[in-house]
Amino acid sequence: MSKIRYERPVIKKIETGMPNKFGTRTEYEPMTHIDGLAVKSLVKEYGSPLFILSEKTIRNTIKKARKAFETRYPKVQFAWSYKTNYLNAICSIFHQEGSWAEVVSGFEYDKAISLGVDGKKIIFNGPEKSEEDLAKAIKNNSLIHIDHLDELYTITELAEKINFRPRVAIRVNMDTGVYPMWDRFGFNYENGQAWDAINKIMHSGKMELAGLHCHIGTFMLSPYAYGIAASKLAELALSVEQKFKHEIKYIDLGGGFASKNTLKGSYLPGTDINPSFDDFAEAISTALLNSNFKQDKLPLLILETGRALIDEAGYLLGSVISNKRSSTGRRNTIVDIGVNILFTSFWYDHRITPAQAFTQYTEDTCVYGPLCMNIDVIRESISLPLLNRGDHVVIHSVGAYNMTQWMQFIALRPNVVLIDMDEKPHIIRLRETLDNMNSQEQVPAHLVKFNK
Amino acid sequence: MKLRKNVAVSEAGLLFNPVTGESFTVNPIGVEILNLIREDKSPDQISKAIVDKYSTDQTTFEKDYDDFIGILYHHNLLESHEETTI
Repeated sequence: MSKIRYERPVIKKIETGMPNKFGTRTEYEPMTHIDGLAVKSLVKEYGSPLFILSEKTIRNTIKKARKAFETRYPKVQFAWSYKTNYLNAICSIFHQEGSWAEVVSGFEYDKAISLGVDGKKIIFNGPEKSEEDLAKAIKNNSLIHIDHLDELYTITELAEKINFRPRVAIRVNMDTGVYPMWDRFGFNYENGQAWDAINKIMHSGKMELAGLHCHIGTFMLSPYAYGIAASKLAELALSVEQKFKHEIKYIDLGGGFASKNTLKGSYLPGTDINPSFDDFAEAISTALLNSNFKQDKLPLLILETGRALIDEAGYLLGSVISNKRSSTGRRNTIVDIGVNILFTSFWYDHRITPAQAFTQYTEDTCVYGPLCMNIDVIRESISLPLLNRGDHVVIHSVGAYNMTQWMQFIALRPNVVLIDMDEKPHIIRLRETLDNMNSQEQVPAHLVKFNK
Repeated sequence: MKLRKNVAVSEAGLLFNPVTGESFTVNPIGVEILNLIREDKSPDQISKAIVDKYSTDQTTFEKDYDDFIGILYHHNLLESHEETTI
């Protein structure tokens, strides 16, 4: 006779009318499969923890984003934000979908070139661009977004030396009514810095001022801020045309669209309250169409959104190492996913779903990672179904920033697998090994020997 | 080890302690264990009954049983704190 499925015994006090930081149960169905592949088999084949990226979700999301903008504004171009996730396979999906590359360092610039991106379709942002990087970008006719005056002067000198007219934009920061106001990138709109930079570019005659750029914030929950930014940049572009008889070809509103993750401290889940692509598109397109651009002279709208395009396509699979009790009797569950590979657990209350069947019984749980560090907390308070040692969990919406900001710390970084459109898995980044780490190190000869 | 006399446990898993006025929910296997405790079964007997019936092993159950009993003590639902290890 087959035995009944075991669930550990649990008793939970009923507390009514009391605010509870653990919230109510949120998971009703286990996530046994991702894009048709069993979580259990994926873990068995590729190990635990394991990053999974869904090509289907990536392509559907970028299509949704493009549709939201292209149905409202005639000239739209997305540029994939490399820093959000620069795994080669991921960048290539976005390039196949027509995105340009948006890079913020020489390393990222070289990565885009090595993937075969046309230099003319690379937007070079960021506060640090070496002379060597800039020279390369000028020769490749890339779009260089100037962050500060030192960079402006360097480009002027290089343009003269190389005898090539670089295509540039200035990065503009401004008050869009949100707090905190991001004023570290580029030149300020309100105090005249932006105009000062524009005047210098136009009077030098060494560069082509092709566009205007801004990056107003990150995980923006208000689409209206983008509307204000678009209006201000449109006004600036029209003033440049009036003053210098020079047409600004594009307006780049940067990135910062919120994904559907839930920010820590948020009362409601991100899936319910965060703006959609349509909300952002409506605010931006309305602002640009309502500005004084002539119908046939509308600038190209460039968008560098990263997080909102990739977050939902990423999953992190892990396994339960142990269940413990805290000094107060709270359930502590240790999983093999640490904050070194899930950096975004510092920002979000990530959704966690068990990968195997469970009942309606839950426990107020704190989920810890495996690192011997007190800060290694994945979720401080979550009402989770009962998990046993060895059970698998799926952490949702981890596609953005985790595979670029992750750290080799205490443990080695795991495999990253892409599930393609035909639901076939491919390793797109191999798990690290001790040899990988040691190959970067050198031990001076006098330190090689010691008493064993 | 005994469950406090006045503590009532329903088949559906609702536990009520009239001394404190506190109510609890217990999952089915928890109710089964509470009933076995009520029947004065020893930890060894409880373990055997559960391992025979459910897809688990003795080590796993021992760990979960100790944890469960610990929480019963925490909520003051047991008469006395005796050795509970199987």
